[in-house]
Amino acid sequence: MQDLQLPPIDYGAVAPMLILFGVACVGVFFEAVLPRSARRSTQLVLALLGLVAAFVVIVVESDTRILTAGGAVAIDGPTLFLQGAIILLGLMALLLVGDRSLEAGGAFVAQAAITVGSDADRRQASRSQGATEIYPLAVFAIAGMLLFVAANDLLTMFVALEVFSLPLYLLCALARRRRLLSQEAALKYFLLGAYASAFFLFGVALVYGFAGSVQFGSIHDAVRESTQSTVLLYGGIALIAIGLLFKAAAAPFHVWTPDVYQGAPTPITGLMAACTKVAAFGALLRVLYVAFDGAAWDYTPVLGAIAVLTMLVGAVLAVTQTDIKRLLAYSSIANAGYLLVGVLALSKDGLSSTMFYLVAYGFTVIAAFAVVTLVRDADGEATHLSRWAGLGRRSPLFAGVFTFILLAFAGIPLTSGFIAKFAVFGAALDSGEAWLVIFGVITSMLLAFPYLRVVVMMWLSEPGESTPTVSIPGGLTAAALMIGVVATLVLGVAPAPLLDLTANAAEFVR
Amino acid sequence: MVGVSDFPFLSILTGAPLVGALVVAFLPRAKPELAKRVALIWSVAVAVLAVVMWFAYDAGGDRFQFRESYTWIPAWDARFTFAVDGIALVMLLLIAVLVPLVILASWHDADTSKRSVPVYFALLLALESTMIGVFAAADVFLFYVFFEVMLVPMYFLIGSYGGHQRQYAAVKFFLYSLVGGLFMLAAVIGLWALGGKTFDWQDLLSADFTTNTERWLFLGFFVAFAIKAPFFPFHTWLPDAGGAAPAGSAALLVGVLDKVGTFGILRYCLPLFPEASRWFAPYALAIALIGIIYAALLAVGQNDLKRLVSYTSIAHFGFIGIGIFAFTTQAGTGAVLYMVNHGLATGLLFLVVGMFVARRGSALVSDFGGAGKLVPLMAGVLFFAGLASLALPGTAPFVSEFLVLLGTFTVNKTVAVIATAGIILAAAYVLWMVQRTTQGTLNPALATVDGMRRDMTIREKVVVAPLILLLLLLGFYPKPVTDVINPAVQATMQDVGKTDPAPAVQEASR
Repeated sequence: MQDLQLPPIDYGAVAPMLILFGVACVGVFFEAVLPRSARRSTQLVLALLGLVAAFVVIVVESDTRILTAGGAVAIDGPTLFLQGAIILLGLMALLLVGDRSLEAGGAFVAQAAITVGSDADRRQASRSQGATEIYPLAVFAIAGMLLFVAANDLLTMFVALEVFSLPLYLLCALARRRRLLSQEAALKYFLLGAYASAFFLFGVALVYGFAGSVQFGSIHDAVRESTQSTVLLYGGIALIAIGLLFKAAAAPFHVWTPDVYQGAPTPITGLMAACTKVAAFGALLRVLYVAFDGAAWDYTPVLGAIAVLTMLVGAVLAVTQTDIKRLLAYSSIANAGYLLVGVLALSKDGLSSTMFYLVAYGFTVIAAFAVVTLVRDADGEATHLSRWAGLGRRSPLFAGVFTFILLAFAGIPLTSGFIAKFAVFGAALDSGEAWLVIFGVITSMLLAFPYLRVVVMMWLSEPGESTPTVSIPGGLTAAALMIGVVATLVLGVAPAPLLDLTANAAEFVR
Repeated sequence: MVGVSDFPFLSILTGAPLVGALVVAFLPRAKPELAKRVALIWSVAVAVLAVVMWFAYDAGGDRFQFRESYTWIPAWDARFTFAVDGIALVMLLLIAVLVPLVILASWHDADTSKRSVPVYFALLLALESTMIGVFAAADVFLFYVFFEVMLVPMYFLIGSYGGHQRQYAAVKFFLYSLVGGLFMLAAVIGLWALGGKTFDWQDLLSADFTTNTERWLFLGFFVAFAIKAPFFPFHTWLPDAGGAAPAGSAALLVGVLDKVGTFGILRYCLPLFPEASRWFAPYALAIALIGIIYAALLAVGQNDLKRLVSYTSIAHFGFIGIGIFAFTTQAGTGAVLYMVNHGLATGLLFLVVGMFVARRGSALVSDFGGAGKLVPLMAGVLFFAGLASLALPGTAPFVSEFLVLLGTFTVNKTVAVIATAGIILAAAYVLWMVQRTTQGTLNPALATVDGMRRDMTIREKVVVAPLILLLLLLGFYPKPVTDVINPAVQATMQDVGKTDPAPAVQEASR
C-alpha cells in the first residue's frame, strides 16, 4: 500500500494563523493552571503579544504570493492585507475588551449560565471578577477569521467559518449588564448562524456536484468548461452567498444584526462590526473573484439587487431607531450595502476599494463603540438616544469626538468615510454599474439624517435630568478610541499610502 | 526670478484662517475678549494679504494665476491645486474684507449665548478658511472637499449661536446642502471615471462626453449649485437659515457662502459641460426668472427683518442666474460683479439689521416703527443699505444689475423685460420695510427699550463705514473690478462656445 503523501506546507506563510491558534490554546491552558488573580493580566498581555507577533510576521511575509497546504490556503495580496486589517482591528477591540476601569470586573460576566435574577446571579453581580476565558475565545475568533480570508477551498472556508463563529456566539452571551438581552442575542445569533452555516454547507455540496472539486481554481475551470447542469452551479452559488451575506449582515439576511449588536457586550459588538465584516467580505471577494468569476454575468444582477436592498433597509430603518447601538447596527447594514457596491465592480479597483473601505470603516466603527462604552450611568451604558441629549454641554470633548465619527459615517470630506465611499463608488461607476452608485448616493442622503439627529441631540438640545455623564476612559479604551479617531482623520486627509497599499495588494492567486 | 506672483498666496490664505481658528478655539473660555481680539487681528492680517494679492494679480495676464499644485492622492490624480481667475479673485477679496467686519460686528453676539465665546470666533475663522479654499481650488476633488466641509462650521454657527428655531434651521440647512452635495458627488465620480481619471480642471476641460452623459453630469453639479445659491424651487432653506443665524453669520451665509453656487456654475457647469449648459439654459433662465418675481413677492409680505433680507437675496440670485445663462460677456461680467456687490450690499443690510435686532431683541418689523427718531444714524445706514440693495444708480449694485439686463437684452428681450419687473418689486419691498421700521410715528413700545436709546457705537461705525465706502466707490468707478472680471468671463463664454452678438448696423442707403 502506498503511503499517503502529505502536502508540503509553507510554514512561514501560515505562521500568523499558527501563532494565534497557539496563543489561544496556551490561553486555555493558563486558564486551568494560573491563580484567578493573575489570569486577567496574563491573558490580556498574552493575547496582545500574540496579535502583535502575528502582525509582524504578516509584514515580513508581505511579498508572499503562494498557494500552500495542498492548495487549501492562499497567501496572496488580499489575504495578507485583510489578515493585517483583522489583526489591527482585533487589537483595538481587545483593548476595549480588556478595559476594567469603567466597570468593576469589566464588561463581562463571570458565569453566564447562572439564571438571571437568582441569588447566585446577584452574588455574581456584586463580585468583581469577570470571565477571563474571553481572551482565548476572542483570539480563536480572530485566528478563525484569518483562515477564513485565506481559505482557497470551500471546505477550509467552512471550517474557518465555524471556528470564528462559535467563539463569537459565546462572547455575545457574556454581557455583565442586561443579561437577558445578551442571552437572547447570543441564542438568536447562534440559531440563525447555524442556519446560515447549513445553507453554506449545502451550497458547497451542490458546487462539488457541479465541479467535482471544492478548490477555487478547479471550480473556476469547471465554470468555464463543465457540461454539467448549471442548476447545480447557480443553486450552489446562491446558497454559499446566503451563508456569506449572513455574516456580512446584508439584507434580507440582516435581521439578527440589530438584536445581536444591541445585546452583545459593546466591545464584542465592536469586534463583530469591524472584524467579522472584514472576514465576511474577504471571503465573499475571494469566492466571487476567484471561483465564480466566470459566472459573473449571472450573479451580478441578483447581488446588485441585494446591495440596493441592503442600502435601503439599513438607511431607512436607521432613521427610526432610538437606541444608539441599534442605530449603529443599521448603519453597519447600510455599509454592507456600500461594500457590496465595491465588490460588484468586479475589477481590480473594486477589490482594492472594497479593502480600503473595510479598513476605514473598521477603525471608525470601533471608535464609535468605544464612545458608547463611555456614556454610562449607574445602570451601565446609557444607550437610549434621548439620554444623549445635551451631552455636548456635559462633555464637549467626547461629544466632539463622536460628532467627528458620525460625520465620517455620513461621508463628509476630510474623514476616511468620504474617501472610502468615493473609492467604491468610483470603482463601480468605472465598471458601468451606475445604477448602484445612484442608489448609494440616495441612501447616503437618507442615512445622513439619523446621524445628524444624534449630533443635534448632543449639541443643540438642553441636557436633561437623565443625561448621563461620560466616564473618563481608562488607558485601554482611550488608546482604542484614539487609534480609531486618528485613523479616521488620517485616512481622510492623507489616504494615499493606504490606497497604494490596497492597489498593490489587489491581486488574487488562483 | 522669484517674483511676487510666485508667492504661495492661495495656500496661505486658505491655511492661515484655519490655524487662527485652532488657536482661538483653544484660548481659555474665561477670557472672551482675548479670543475676539486675536480673531480680529488674524482676519485683518488675512485681509491685508488678500489685498497684496489683488495688486500682484495681472489683470491682462494668464487666465489662471498664482497656481500651486501639491501631490495629494496620486492613485486618483487628486492634487492640492490652487489657482484663481478674475472671478475667484474678486470673491476672495470679498471674503477677506467681509470676515473682519463680521467679526467686529459680532463682538457681542456670543456673549448672551450659553456657549463658549472663543469657539464662536474660531468657527467664523474656520468658515473663512473653507470659503477661501472653495474659491481658490482648481482641482475638482479639492473643490468638492471644501464645498462639503464648509457646511460644518456654518451648521454649528446657526445651530449653537442662532436665534429662534435655530435647531430646525440648522438641520434644514445641513440636509439641503448635503443632499445637493451628494448629487454633486455622484457627478464628480462620473466626471472622474469618464473624463480620463483626473480631477485637474484644465485636463477635464478637454474631456469628451456623450450628449447624454454630459447632461446628467451637468445636472448633478447644477442641482448642488442651485440648492446652494439658492435658486427657486430649492430656496426654502435660506429664509429659515438666514432668519435663525446670528446676523454676522447670516451676512457671510448670504453674502459669500451662497455665491459658491453661482461661482460653481460659472467655473464648473459652463466650461466643463458646454453643450449641456446651452441645452439647459432656457430652463435655468426660467427658474431664475420665477425666483426673481416669486421671492420679491414673498419679501414684500415678510414681517421678520432677517427673513425679509433672505428673500431679497433669493430674488437677487435670480438676476445673477440670468446674467450667467444669457451667455454674453456683458451679462456674465454683470453677474460676477453682482456677486461682489450683492455681498457688500446684503452684507451691510444684514449687519445693520443685526444691530436693530440686537437692540430691540426682536426681528419683527411690527415691533419697530419710527425707529429713525431714536437712532437716526442707524436708520440712515439701513436706508442706504436698502437703496444699495434695490440697485439705486450711484450705488454699486446698479452697475451690475444694469450690465446683466443690458447683456441679456441683446440676446433675449423677453427675459430682460420680465426681470426688469423685479426691480420695481425690489423698490417696493425695500422702501416699505424701511418705512415700517424707521419712518412714521414712533412705536411707543420701542421707546421703552433701553437699547434703542443708543445710536451706533464707534465699533459699529467702523463696521459699516468700509462697506458704504466700497458700495459708493464701485458705484461710480467699477473699472478696477470689471477689468479683472472681464477676461475671465470672456474665457468662460468661449468655453461655452458662445460669442457676443455683433452690433447690428443698418447699411446706409447710398
